[in-house]
Order: sequence, then structure tokens, then C-alpha cells
Amino acid sequence: MESDTCFHCGNEINKKDEVIYDGKSFCCTGCKTVYEIFSQNDLTCYYDFQQAPGATPQDINGKYDFLDNEAIVEKLLEFNENTTSIISLYIPHIHCSSCIWILENLQKLQKGVIASQVNFPEKKVRVTFNPQETTLKDIVYLLSSIGYEPYISLENYETGKKEVDRSLIYKVGVAFFCFGNIMLLSFPEYFEVQEFWIDQYRPFFRWLIFALSLPAFLYSAVDYYKSAYKSIRSGILNIDIPIALGIVVMFVRSTIDIIMGYGQGFFDSLTGLIFFMLLGKLFQQKTYSFLSFERDYKSYFPIAVTRVTANGTEQAVQVYDIEKGDRLLIRNQELIPVDGILISEKASIDYSFVTGEEIPIDKKSGDKLFAGGKQLGKSIEMEVLFSVSQSYLTQLWSNDIFQKKFEQKHKTITDKVSRYFTPILLLVALASLLVWLFIDTYQAFNVFTAVLIVACPCALALTAPFALGNVLRIMGKQKMYLKNATVIEQMAKVDTIVFDKTGTITTNKKTAIKFVGEALSEQEIKLLKNALRGSNHPLSRRLYEYLPDAVKIIPTSYEEITGKGVLAVFDSETVQFGSAAFLNVEENSDYQKTKVNIKINGIYKGFYIFNNQYREGLADLFKKLAKNYELKVLSGDNDGERETLLTLLPNDTELIFNQKPEEKLKFIENLQQQGKNVMMIGDGLNDAGALAQSNVGIAISENVNVFSPACDGIMDAGQFSRLDYYLHYAKNGVKTIYISFGLSLLYNIVGLSFAISGHLSPLVAAVIMPLSSITVVSFVTIMTNLFARRR
Amino acid sequence: MSVIYLLITVSIVVAVIFLLAFIKAVRSGQYDDDYTPSVRMLFDDEIKKNPNKLIQSQKEKQKSI
Repeated sequence: MESDTCFHCGNEINKKDEVIYDGKSFCCTGCKTVYEIFSQNDLTCYYDFQQAPGATPQDINGKYDFLDNEAIVEKLLEFNENTTSIISLYIPHIHCSSCIWILENLQKLQKGVIASQVNFPEKKVRVTFNPQETTLKDIVYLLSSIGYEPYISLENYETGKKEVDRSLIYKVGVAFFCFGNIMLLSFPEYFEVQEFWIDQYRPFFRWLIFALSLPAFLYSAVDYYKSAYKSIRSGILNIDIPIALGIVVMFVRSTIDIIMGYGQGFFDSLTGLIFFMLLGKLFQQKTYSFLSFERDYKSYFPIAVTRVTANGTEQAVQVYDIEKGDRLLIRNQELIPVDGILISEKASIDYSFVTGEEIPIDKKSGDKLFAGGKQLGKSIEMEVLFSVSQSYLTQLWSNDIFQKKFEQKHKTITDKVSRYFTPILLLVALASLLVWLFIDTYQAFNVFTAVLIVACPCALALTAPFALGNVLRIMGKQKMYLKNATVIEQMAKVDTIVFDKTGTITTNKKTAIKFVGEALSEQEIKLLKNALRGSNHPLSRRLYEYLPDAVKIIPTSYEEITGKGVLAVFDSETVQFGSAAFLNVEENSDYQKTKVNIKINGIYKGFYIFNNQYREGLADLFKKLAKNYELKVLSGDNDGERETLLTLLPNDTELIFNQKPEEKLKFIENLQQQGKNVMMIGDGLNDAGALAQSNVGIAISENVNVFSPACDGIMDAGQFSRLDYYLHYAKNGVKTIYISFGLSLLYNIVGLSFAISGHLSPLVAAVIMPLSSITVVSFVTIMTNLFARRR
Repeated sequence: MSVIYLLITVSIVVAVIFLLAFIKAVRSGQYDDDYTPSVRMLFDDEIKKNPNKLIQSQKEKQKSI
């Protein structure tokens, strides 16, 4: 088979590394091994559903040793008995139907696995296995060996099986049942057919309808009573008060009507109202199950680390059990969970989780290491200074802002309108009661209840859920994922936008590389490229990608000194690259930037500098936003980039450098105290405080399936330049709501005029209510779709 | 004489049965994942090219490679 891409993972094949097996080309032995496992077990159908669906298995030696610890395993399992255990594993790689197929055939690959089931939207696989025949560790190793490494973090610990709240769906179901049956049974009365047998059975129909309305009245609508009660107690008049009042009055009036034989009552409208409003609630509850907006450090941190005991043996220990004075062993790519002091000679720590900056920082023996860093290179040993909860990074989460519930932070538009609507409605009802008392006492009661019934703001209550729910969906399709509908209202109010620098307005993927010094010859570039090949340092990788392709030469000797540089010898020639100190040359202080110095055959040639690459369309976006918003850039870095930023961004953009995580949070808080509505755009864990404090916190992510800090919305990094579009759209969405509020108030006025003049028959109510709801719902749906098209 | 009582009772009972079936389906988690089953149903016939082959445990397999 001739192809340039790997049969298993679809990556481009570097001709030098190509592995041919079974007539197929693979990019590396890892991919070949996965194919081998599948073909030996007759599972090659895996490749039939989707082309090149796989992932290269990563080296996980020793990474999951903590799964030998039974106490930890016990906490991870959903269910555990003698011969059956169930575990839910989150696997980020799940992306196509081939993945589902192979993961649901795990029992063919591993003895002891009884069954496995994939939940595709959540990217989870639920494995049922027999713990006497296999272990969780074996299953995790199997998954990793076929390229589906599960992600196990501190968050999984002690969660067990989560209870899903499905009560809203039950309530909608019950309400629909009541509504449908009552509608059917009400028909004979609508047409007022004066036939003998209908007259005969009238009480039967009416009492049956009464009975059918009870489940909707007592069960489905219960949330409205609760919410109304709460809001009366806290002294805020929210929309649920007139709704609950309307429902109760409607029920009481209808019951009196049928007891006294006045008429059929409003049970049809009552149940219809409950059903439509619950439907609106359900529609607004759009969730992205594959995203999580509530993450804290727990989803980044490992469950267990290796502790070196006094007699030198290694032991997996749960992260919460780490105590001051413990010695920990941190392997390559492992996360440091606590603050401590480095014991080993050298370490190279990647703080990209924390700061968004991926170039590692070098540490010497005795240096302080902060939690959240990732060790690159050799295993290191460290001594613990603080336990997990007292570490520098994790302390950020003890700030009050993380304890608050989102709902309490903001007031919704509907509540704002109902603050006026509710008292006016009550006034109108009381006034008409008084007026009618002088005319006709019997009618007065009718009119009073009719006003409350017809004014029950069901169209009003439906407007916001449907409009916002629809905006939420449309934005989701365009890769802006918001946590809930309230965020849209907040977005429309924003007047100040604060950007993080590293990883937010710059991209980690590309770096602008420039060479300063004596130009290198072609031969020298070739040698350099080959010397770079062996180095795993991120800067080496980037430089390697940047240099043109070259023939592969294997160095005769190769030495890498972690955190310093590389010395590679090719027969007669030598290449040295790394820090200035390593090459024994004077540091060129003109450039305050990250650089790699080059020495070839002992002659200093110059250095490559790595500039931050700003996202595409950044200048345009800022120019557009500057018209309507106050813009600020907050950075954790030094101000080396100030000049570049000043030329790129509009003049009045405020630039603030050297900000620690708590300072970012404070900065946002200060802006809010000045009465600003702040939107924060950030990426790393160091922005988590600021994201939580701001009115709208948006996390930007190169890959939305990977982890981002707790926030109100996650934006795909590729959509960054369209930020102004989203903001504008949110504004239009809110505008739509206001227009449709006007529309539904119009219906209320028409209904009220019927009610006040004493002409509200059940039939009129049964027509007006659904009609107003349907027009309002279709109006907001059409409008929000129209606004979405405008770019 | 009153066949209408019977008919309406039957119709309500049928409706109640559907309601209960719906609640049971929701409770069993059927609506939690509305994507995977639609893919899964397409798989069934594709497996088992050689059903007689024994399933090896991971360790045995590593030895045999």
C-alpha cells in the first residue's frame, strides 16, 4: 500500500522511521504494535469504519503503579463485589466510530473483561470486569497499549458514581401526559354541544379532568411554588411569583367552578401552561457533556505520586496523604503536586499548566519547586514543604470567589422585568376587584381571578429560555461553548475586556524564529538539524521544525546536558547549541528574549531568538473592539514584549506586566468596584482566579477536549479573531428578548381587557395562552437565527 | 349502558402505561447518551471473522509476540 500517512494514526510518515508490516506503512513501531495486537485478535475492522483512527501509544512505564494500591483502586471503582467491578474511565482520544467499536470489544483483548460500554458525548468508557481474573492496572495498560490512554486525575478520586438529576424530564413527561389527556376530554365542552348524553356525563368528564390535573399541579409545577416562596422571603419579586400565583388561582377558581357547576374551569390552559414552561426550562438547559466548566486544580493533579521511604524503597502514595518532609520521586512528564525543595542536582520544570508558557525553567538543587509544574527529562527527587491544600497554587482556590454559586452572582433580565411586572399586575387585579365590587359582587370574584389567570406571564417566562437557549446552541455550533444561558446576558453587558497575554493573545503552537549573527551555510544547517533531532527540549523541537528538511546523519557522539545544551559530534565536525553559559560566550543583552546560541566547530555563530507569535487577526480584532470596549492586557511575564504590543494594539490599551494569579484576581475586582462589567479571557490555571472573579470568564483553548480552568465559557482558539462577533451576537440576542417582551405584554393587555370586562371564557383562555406562547417562541427563534447570519 | 366509562378508563390506562414506560426509560439512563447507540447498532455483523480463536490474556500475548 503506497501512502505517505500512517495506516494507524494518519500522521505523516518520516521516510527514515517508516515501518512496513503486513503490507501497510506505519510511522513508528508503536503504531505497528497496535495494528499487530488488533490483527492477532481479528479486530482489524477497526480500520474499516474510519480511516487511520488510532493514536500512537505513549510510554507509560511506571506511571500507573499507584493502581497496585488497593485503597486507591477502591476509591476509583464505581461498583465492587467479589467477581464484578465497574470502572468509568475518561479517554480523551475517543473521537470516531472506530473508537467506539474497539473499546466495546475490549473483552476480546483482555481476559476478565466482561463488558464495556462507550458514552461517546462524554468520551467515557465503562468497563465491567472480574477482579479475580484481571486488575484495573492491566486494563489501563491494555488501553494505553492500543493508544487509548485513560486520563485519571485527582478529580476522579472519591467521586464514585454520580447521581444524575433527571427530575425535570419526569416533570415534563407528567405535565405532557396531563395536558394531552385533559385537552382531549375538554373537547365536548369547547363546542358546547347540547346533546343529551354529553349533558348526562358532564360531571364525570369534569371530575376526571380535575383528577388528571392533580399530578401536573402538585408535582410538575412544584419548582415554581418553591422559587416563588423563596423570592418572597428574600424580598425580591421574581417572575415565578406571578406564575405560581396564576397557577394556584387558576386551580382554585376551576375547582370552585366545577363544584358549583358554573363551568368547566381552566384545567386545559393550566396544564398546558405548566407543560410549555417546563419545556422552555429544558430547552435552556443545553449542556456540553464533553466539556467541563467547573474544573479546578483537581482535574490537573495526579491521584498518587511515588514516595521514597527512609530505607530507599519506592511506594505509591495518595496525593492527600503527602506530608511535610516526605521525599517524592517525580518522573519524566509527571506533575509536581506540592511545593517543595529540589534534592536532585538539576530539574527542568514546565509550568505551562500554570502560566501558559511552555518553555521549561531550569532549577538547581536546593531551589524551590512550586506545585503545578511538570518535570521534563530525568526523574528527580524533592522534599515536601507543604501539603497539597497549603501549596501556593492550590491556595488560590480557597479564595471566597470559588465558594460562590453562579446564580447568586447575577440577576437575569426576566427577573429585572418582573420587578415591575409583578406589582403592576397585582395593582390591576386589586383595582378591578374593587371596581367590580360596586357593580356586581359575584362577577367581582370572577374578574379578579380572570385577571390573575390571563396575566400569568407564560409568554414572558418562555421568551428568555427559548431565545437564550437558541443563541447558546448557535454559538456552540460556531465553537464558542458557554456554560449556561445567563452567560449570554452577562456578555451583552460587558464594557471592559481583559486579556491574558501568554497563550491567550499569543499562540503556543507557532513561534516566530529569527537568526541573529553570521549566516549559516547549508552544510551547517544540515548538521544543526541533525544535532537537534536527538533533543527533547521544547526549544529544540521548535527549532527543528523551523529548519528545512535535511538528510539524516547519525552523530558519532551525542551529549545533552539537561537545561544547558547539547554537544554533538559528526565525524570531523562538532555542533554545540544551548545557553550562553554552556557555550562559554558572552550573553548578548540586546535581546531580552528566549534564545538558543549556536557554536559550530568551536566558532560562535550567533543565536536564534524566539519571539511570541501573536494570534492571527489580533490587531484587527483589537481595533474593532476598541470602539466599544475598554481593553486591557494582563501578563504574568516581564515587559520584554511591551514595544511589540504597543505597535500592534490600539493606543489606549492598558498593558500590565508581572502579575501573579492573586494580583490578576485583585485587578478584576478593582475594575468591578469602579462599576465596570468585566470580561476576562485567559487560558492557564494562573488565570483561574481572574476568570472566576470576572462577570464573564472565557477560557481559550487550542483543543476544547483538553483541560481548561473553571470558567463561564470555552472558546476554540481558532475562533479568537471572531470574539467581536460573539459579543455583538449576545447583544442582539438580548435585544430580541426585549422586543419579544413587548410582544408578550401586548397579548397580556388583550387578555386583560377580556378579563377586566368580565368576558374571559375558558375557551378564550385556552386560545390566547398557547397562541401567545407559540408566536413568542417562533419570533425569538427566527430572530436569533437571523442575527446569527450577520457577520 | 355506559360504555363510555369503559372506553375512557381504557384510554387513560393506556396513556398511564406509556407514561410509566417513559419514566422507566429515562430512569434507566436511555436518554443520557443519544449518540453512541446510533453508531453501535451498525456494528453487530462486522465482528467474529474467526470466532474459534481463544482469547488470550495480555501476559500470554506478550509472551507469544
